[in-house]
Amino acid sequence: MRRLPMASTVTAKQSQKGAIPTPEKIPIALTVNGEKKQLRLAPWTTLLDALRDHMNLTGTKKGCDHGQCGACTVLVDGRRVNSCLTLAVMKDGAAVTTVEGLASEGKLHPLQQAFIDHDAFQCGYCTPGQLCSAAGLIAEGKAKTADEIRELMSGNICRCGAYPNIVAAIQQAMGQS
Amino acid sequence: MITFHYARAQSVADAVRMMAAEPGAKFIAGGTNLLDLMKEQVERPTRLIDISRLPLKSVEATAQGGLSIGALVPNTDLAYHPQIERRYPLVSSAILAGASQQLRNMASTGGNLVQRTRCLYFYDTTMACNKRQPGSGCAALDGFNRQHAILGASDSCIATFPSDMCVALAALEAKVHVTGHDGARTIAIGDFHRLPGDTPHI
Repeated sequence: MRRLPMASTVTAKQSQKGAIPTPEKIPIALTVNGEKKQLRLAPWTTLLDALRDHMNLTGTKKGCDHGQCGACTVLVDGRRVNSCLTLAVMKDGAAVTTVEGLASEGKLHPLQQAFIDHDAFQCGYCTPGQLCSAAGLIAEGKAKTADEIRELMSGNICRCGAYPNIVAAIQQAMGQS
Repeated sequence: MITFHYARAQSVADAVRMMAAEPGAKFIAGGTNLLDLMKEQVERPTRLIDISRLPLKSVEATAQGGLSIGALVPNTDLAYHPQIERRYPLVSSAILAGASQQLRNMASTGGNLVQRTRCLYFYDTTMACNKRQPGSGCAALDGFNRQHAILGASDSCIATFPSDMCVALAALEAKVHVTGHDGARTIAIGDFHRLPGDTPHI
């Protein structure tokens, strides 16, 4: 059976111009959900792939892998970002919060409770990204009205259409924080 | 995603030196456009020079009464900066009209200035594109081009420049301060982006 090429294998197109020698893996340190992690990663590893494939934190989802759907949203140093368009090596030393890190001491985050209270998900695939994005939105402190919440949550799409309930859940969580 | 080398620049001079030493390299700051294009194999740098930690992140008053914006100020920070909101609100609304808050948190002012077109034929490496491959043709001319350029276009290229922030900067007659291996220079915003003519790849 033919083996699949590894990520570090030079592609056919690149070999036409002359292959670049495979770079060394780069050691980095990330604090993920409060835990210090030491990793050795190829420079092209996105933060999303580092979380899912190297740290077994599969809560964060790969939706479009191009920064358009928001399913990969995590918090880096408190700010919401698309982890699919972030190179892990560039975030050496950063603190990352994923959906797995929202609950604390066995208690759900107010947003997680609000999403349950308001039926703010169906298939759940966009939900980790919605939660991290909403946590970032609340920390930013810019959205006050429902329209402003909708506008500032525009980077998170939901194919199941749970939007009205997502907005209601965020409003509930905002009321409590 | 392509394979590439990675290095971090320690200063602006260091960054310029590294780029001069490796013409196939590209700077990376926020990466929101560059990484997208690399995943599509449109951009294929041999090395990424990480400039994201350089001290270019401030917004300061100038002696002439204007504002000087660091190239690494994130789009969000610029949009919400009190001096920008108060004195140049069009910059703020323009930035907030584009992308998403996640992308705006990551994207840099400098990156916003040099981002590439979103023409779908530019993105599709199976399509003819004079910007990607000079002389190959322009698939957009006879394609789905409802959102392409009607002003400033040519027979070689009808791609538009996608930045909302730059529209506001053009209205404000901003100047771009650039440092290269020949030293520092200033470019008026109106001269910073070129019309395609018959050299859309430049």
